[in-house]
Amino acid sequence: MNDMTPIQTTLKDWETDQEVRWCPGCGDYAILKAVQRTLPQIGADPKNTVFVSGIGCSSRFPYYVESYGFHTIHGRAPAFATGIKLANPELDVWLVTGDGDGLSIGGNHLMHVLRRNLDVQIMLFNNEIYGLTKGQYSPTSRVGTRTPSTPIGSVDRPANPCAFALGSGARFVARGFDVSKNLPDVLKAAHAHRGAAFIEIFQNCIVYNKDVFNDFAAPKGAEDRQLWLANGEPMVFAGGTKGIALDTEKLTLKVVDVVDGDWQAAGVIVHDVTNRSIAHMLVELPFGEFPMALGVLYDDPRPTFESVVAAERQQAASGKDTDLAKLLSRGQTWTVEEKEGHPA
Amino acid sequence: MATLAAEKPAAAALPPEAVVVRFAGDSGDGMQLTGGQFTLSTALAGNDLATFPDFPAEIRAPQGTLFGVSAFQINFGSTEIDTAGDAPDVLVAMNPAALKVNLAALKPGGLIIADTGEFSKRNLEKAKYETNPIEDGSLAQWAVLAFDISALTMEAVKPFGLGNKEALRCKNMWTLGLALWMFDRDREPIVEWLRSKFAKTPELADANIAALNAGHAYGETAELSGPLKKVHLDPVPSAAGVYRTITGAESVSLGLVAGAQLAGLPMFFGGYPITPASAILHHLARLKEFGVTTFQAEDEIAAICAAIGASYAGSLGVTSSSGPGIALKGEAMGLAIMTELPLVIVNSQRGGPSTGLPTKTEQSDLYQAIYGRNGDASLPVIAARSPGDAFECAIEACRIATQYMTPVILLTDGYITNAAEPWKVPDPASYDRFPVQFLEEKNDGDRVLPYKRNEKGARPWIKPGTPELMHRIGGIEKHENTGNIDYSPSNHQAMTDARKAKIDGVARDVPPQEVALGETTGKLAVVGWGSTFGAIHQAVRRARKKGLSVSHVHVRHVWPLPANLGELLRGFDQILVPEMNTGQFKTVLRDQLLVDAKPYNKTSGQPFTIAELEKAIDAFFDDIPDNEGGEAPADEGQLPTPESGHDDGTLPDAPFHGDDAALPGEGSDTKAVNQ
Repeated sequence: MNDMTPIQTTLKDWETDQEVRWCPGCGDYAILKAVQRTLPQIGADPKNTVFVSGIGCSSRFPYYVESYGFHTIHGRAPAFATGIKLANPELDVWLVTGDGDGLSIGGNHLMHVLRRNLDVQIMLFNNEIYGLTKGQYSPTSRVGTRTPSTPIGSVDRPANPCAFALGSGARFVARGFDVSKNLPDVLKAAHAHRGAAFIEIFQNCIVYNKDVFNDFAAPKGAEDRQLWLANGEPMVFAGGTKGIALDTEKLTLKVVDVVDGDWQAAGVIVHDVTNRSIAHMLVELPFGEFPMALGVLYDDPRPTFESVVAAERQQAASGKDTDLAKLLSRGQTWTVEEKEGHPA
Repeated sequence: MATLAAEKPAAAALPPEAVVVRFAGDSGDGMQLTGGQFTLSTALAGNDLATFPDFPAEIRAPQGTLFGVSAFQINFGSTEIDTAGDAPDVLVAMNPAALKVNLAALKPGGLIIADTGEFSKRNLEKAKYETNPIEDGSLAQWAVLAFDISALTMEAVKPFGLGNKEALRCKNMWTLGLALWMFDRDREPIVEWLRSKFAKTPELADANIAALNAGHAYGETAELSGPLKKVHLDPVPSAAGVYRTITGAESVSLGLVAGAQLAGLPMFFGGYPITPASAILHHLARLKEFGVTTFQAEDEIAAICAAIGASYAGSLGVTSSSGPGIALKGEAMGLAIMTELPLVIVNSQRGGPSTGLPTKTEQSDLYQAIYGRNGDASLPVIAARSPGDAFECAIEACRIATQYMTPVILLTDGYITNAAEPWKVPDPASYDRFPVQFLEEKNDGDRVLPYKRNEKGARPWIKPGTPELMHRIGGIEKHENTGNIDYSPSNHQAMTDARKAKIDGVARDVPPQEVALGETTGKLAVVGWGSTFGAIHQAVRRARKKGLSVSHVHVRHVWPLPANLGELLRGFDQILVPEMNTGQFKTVLRDQLLVDAKPYNKTSGQPFTIAELEKAIDAFFDDIPDNEGGEAPADEGQLPTPESGHDDGTLPDAPFHGDDAALPGEGSDTKAVNQ
């Protein structure tokens, strides 16, 4: 995000005249609505907003947001966004990618955009499947996932998007899921962060990988398995009856019971979004034994790529002659005089 | 101290108008640097010149080995020079390997200058010599000047207290000093350059200058007259103006800067290190004050994608690479074609498929440039003919890209990129501006139509950030006006036709094809493109002197072809197309113009020699002695000897002047010749 005078818009202002072509019931609809709800709340200006995407179901997203939009090629959205932001740092750029687009064919670009810390919001829709190509397993599919390309089950271990992001040097890592009421708040936090903000959004592919996240992302009944993190707040879940504490012997996190709301007595830790060590633990929490860590896991800004590039360019250019004619004749030259044919 | 191994008078009879000198040594000997500085002093002396740096792919190949030999050839003289010359008149061999690899190219009767200090048993073995060629009489057909340059250098730099290794590194300056004396070149520019290069370590500057002076003095005071004769070449008459030397990499960079200025745009350059294209990234990285942003991306794909992103946002996006990197960029070029955004793609062609010959030259990416994308994905292709011409071509690429909203490929090659030539510095004010007009308001009542075309067939360029013009673009087929997704059969037909018509239309907006030399009709047209210009031009000139009805046609706009090219070529009985590939432009000409273009091909990684092209031309005429007709084979003498074959570069990215670390106290600074 960047400094812009907030302008007044409504959700309707962010809808295009395009027919939305996702499957009925797809989690993408909910994410689109969450984004369209968020944009007015953050005072976004349609003329300065750019949605950039790669290829895949999620990457159709830009067509449905009334702003500038660039639907690019498979996996490369971060590279396009880099050019866009370096050319015009004033633009507010959102990247839309998926587990296949962002972590398989585009894994390299995702790593570098995070490490460089380009000021963009990166929404990775994780549905653990290739939807647009009709259901092959993806780099986030769990071992044993049966698909047309893995008829007796996939054998390779899945990537963990948030761990990948943090390992790549991301300064903002968050999680949400399609139908969550909290998603706009996560998006707002991502937008408020200066630098690359990575958001993994669990998204239900109702055709090829239906309800794989239901254990924690079902519309109802999974609340107890969600750990919603908030900066400065204790890490409690299950209606405040459980919490996350540090196992100081094993140097890992552990689940503890919280009796009568006394989380301090239970040793529950307070979430500090700038604590990178804890962030590494949170992104790796094995689901099942632990709840799913959601919300802003990590947020500790550093100077953005485009700002340091611009500063370096300005510094390198300051006081330099910008006369092209002088540039062309730079270095050692000689003059041939009229008609003589001999050098001066 | 010196031994004259062979008494051959021919060496003294150096051609009066032009001389070809080849400096060859170990890749750590500083031969590119020696050649570069000799080039500078030659240009300052007012001679026309052309150079050909030829270095191994390995950054530091094992010392003394055949594949570690680095060479720099310069052709200079008092006549107009178009090529780096055929066979050298003088070969400077700093070790046995350099002698072995380069000897085959040396003219019969030519002069060999060899450093006996390096002709040790071990080095002879490394070069696979069983006996010392300087002593065994095997060099009888050449004149040999052999003396211990290593010892002479050590002696000269003794007062400066350098270590053995550092002292020996000055021997390239000693050799340069001798060469400067031989050809009556001024030492002063080199001295100045050494002073500025070693400003922080004056003792190294002093040592190098002492070596330079010692080499010069050796030539002056050597008692032997033998072949070591001072040769003075008169300056070539040239058009009045300010001149400098320029390499293709510099010239492309400056042309892009000029092109962006003429378009009124900031420039964004996305690049990824690759030989020989990296030099462009290096040059542009130093030109930030001209509104240039350079971005070294994580890979070739990201480099072009970022450039397209920058174009989308209103900058002039540029990317550059060589064959393998260009292959990776193919899909993104398709997106730039589909979204109709301006983009300049520079391909410094090198040799072979895959990694091929990273440091050698070839013209074998023409098909890739014209046809190498999925779908009907046409884009204009321009080819530069020389280092200086690359400046004009880069401007032309910027003009077409921005005026037609299309990616444009600019083809150069390893030869153009690395070679230097004198360049008459142009006046930027003399170029027509082509300012870009971004769309600022709705272009169809209360609607914005991102794909509404102008008279050139170009769509409007709309920068994000412009009020009221929000729209979406992408790689999916889109409606011919709104840009909304549209797969309908009639729309795809219409859009395919519109994209093709737009690129075809560029042919009407480029200068009509002219004849570079000779009449506009005749018996034979020799048609070339790219860096073969010089060799073809000279070969045609020689053929015409013999009275043959030959013309030289050089094509800059290789796609789409100039509108009048077919008509022009049909005015000739025969058409010969020499190319450093297996006949790609020949096929394009046959396909596009239905003319009987005949190929003449060479893919040795080396440029054409004038002699072999002359022979190829002669083959079309009956009245040439010894001409039995048919196509002449390439000159075997100019093909690399088996010993000189460089294997695949596992370190394929040797920078230009990669061996200049031969100067003591310096890393591999890639400073260009004339900066």
